[in-house]
Amino acid sequence: MASVVSAPRDALNVAAIRQDFPILRQRVHGKPLVYLDNAATTQKPQAVIDALQRYYSEENANVHRGVHSLSGRATDAYDAAREDVRRFINAADAREIVFVRGTTEGINLVAQTWGRARVGAGDEIVLTEMEHHSNIVPWQILCEEKGARLRVAPITDAGELRLDELERLLNARTRLVAVAHVSNVLGTVNPVAEIVRLARARGIPVLVDGAQAVAHMPVDVQALGCDFYAFSGHKVLGPTGIGVLYGRRELLEAMPVYQGGGGQIGSVTFDRTTYAPLPYKYEAGTPNIAGVIGLAAAIDYVTGVGLDRIAAYERDLCAYATSALADVPGLRLTGTARDRASVLSFVLGDVHPHDIGTILDREGVAIRAGHHCCQPLMRRLGVPATARASLALYNTRQEIDTLVAALQRVGEVFE
Amino acid sequence: MNPELSPHRAGVRGGDPDLQDLYQEVILDHNRRPRNFRAFDAGRRAEGFNPLCGDRITVFLNVDNGVIRDVAFQGSGCAISKASASLMTESVKGKTLDEAQVLFERFQQMITAPADAPVESLGKLTVLAGVRQFPVRVKCASLAWHTLRAAVDARDEVVSTE
Ligand SMILES: Cc1ncc(COP(=O)(O)O)c(C=O)c1O
Repeated sequence: MASVVSAPRDALNVAAIRQDFPILRQRVHGKPLVYLDNAATTQKPQAVIDALQRYYSEENANVHRGVHSLSGRATDAYDAAREDVRRFINAADAREIVFVRGTTEGINLVAQTWGRARVGAGDEIVLTEMEHHSNIVPWQILCEEKGARLRVAPITDAGELRLDELERLLNARTRLVAVAHVSNVLGTVNPVAEIVRLARARGIPVLVDGAQAVAHMPVDVQALGCDFYAFSGHKVLGPTGIGVLYGRRELLEAMPVYQGGGGQIGSVTFDRTTYAPLPYKYEAGTPNIAGVIGLAAAIDYVTGVGLDRIAAYERDLCAYATSALADVPGLRLTGTARDRASVLSFVLGDVHPHDIGTILDREGVAIRAGHHCCQPLMRRLGVPATARASLALYNTRQEIDTLVAALQRVGEVFE
Repeated sequence: MNPELSPHRAGVRGGDPDLQDLYQEVILDHNRRPRNFRAFDAGRRAEGFNPLCGDRITVFLNVDNGVIRDVAFQGSGCAISKASASLMTESVKGKTLDEAQVLFERFQQMITAPADAPVESLGKLTVLAGVRQFPVRVKCASLAWHTLRAAVDARDEVVSTE
């Protein structure tokens, strides 16, 4: 009998993977590019670049509109991509996959449709202290409009969510819990399934900001049990301008539409419009067809490598980087949660992260410096900004060594 | 690199001349020990903010008869923004508002000139000419100056480099 529990699969072949990313051959200031800004956006494999090129050179047509062959092919590719996404996050039904511009638009869609219909004066929305601005501001706008309020679950000094505190915030007025799957600053992996369990028990839906998760670990929305899950294509090796909002079907069915326009309607008269079934109801206007096709190619790529293998590889690399960074004099990691994925934020003595970023850039090392769209979290951490190295499947230990050497250089300049 | 830029490259050892231009000893010194880094109540003030990196600065200004009697700043930011603010306070104190405005314009020209253009001397401020080789850092160097101008106008809003 074949074993269901597969033996540990062979490790990821990083050298071969790197060959798939043409941009990584580049030199910056005469040094090989060491790209460690993957939480901002990931690089694209040739397969994605080819898919975009092929679409525009061989298949370009509008979808769901033409009787001609090209339109049929574009429509087939577009619909097939939705099925790819469904499988990627294990949604129950492809109609639960709505294409949007990115995580930000996905969250705004929920705030502006579900939120406007379901949130009223005195109601509460629960967030966490580690949220990205795009999982704060849409709720703030909604709260202002409705006279509702935000409640914020705190984190520990290590950067872990205080689940007990979050639970204490849940009450009869709570309409939604909105939480990052993985923090883009701390790298903390939040216990989403557990949060869902707490919320569900009180009939409260949960929205998950999956921007920093989908490229780094297998995501199963049914296992998580969440009601909404949003992510961006560009953070999972796909193009910019395309993202996904997953919503449980019964919620999506009941929600009012987002934008109005072509492609989403059943019938229109000047008196009344009826809407197309899911998911088209939420996709007014000509969609980002090329983006959808590029996203499908990106999903094919990462699933081909295997997200379990990517997760294992990145965890090992993250552990290596964590201990390598600990040896840099004056360096302090911000974010030391036990469950952490692919993000290393740090401060270095009293050197401003912006200066670190400039000096590292001269060594070919691309990191991000700043508040990372998490100003409330910066306030909580008591720093104006951090430097952040964020990993992807194509990064290597050697690159971490280059980062560390470049950081020593920062120390020399500012000694 | 531009050979005119840096008479004092002591800051960065070895290697990268552009980086040496940016982080000259004088700049590192003003970063470590910013001059006029204090607050005062009298007079005008304005806040500046660089949304890109979160740099924040408050400029305090005391003007009498069109002359800058006292100027100081507080805030947090990178070495370039802090050193630039510190050098600015030193170079505008005692100047008329018109003179300060002319200095601001010349400073702005200096840091945004093409990397290979000749460097016009601006006294102490000349050490910041190296910023021109790092276009993404120009806003760090100019934040204090924009904020000074807002304080002169005593505009109440927060100025932003965006
Ligand atoms: C945790 C998190 N949420 C949301 C976003 C917003 O993603 P996007 O800008 O692609 O909409 C990001 C990316 O910057 C992020 O890291």
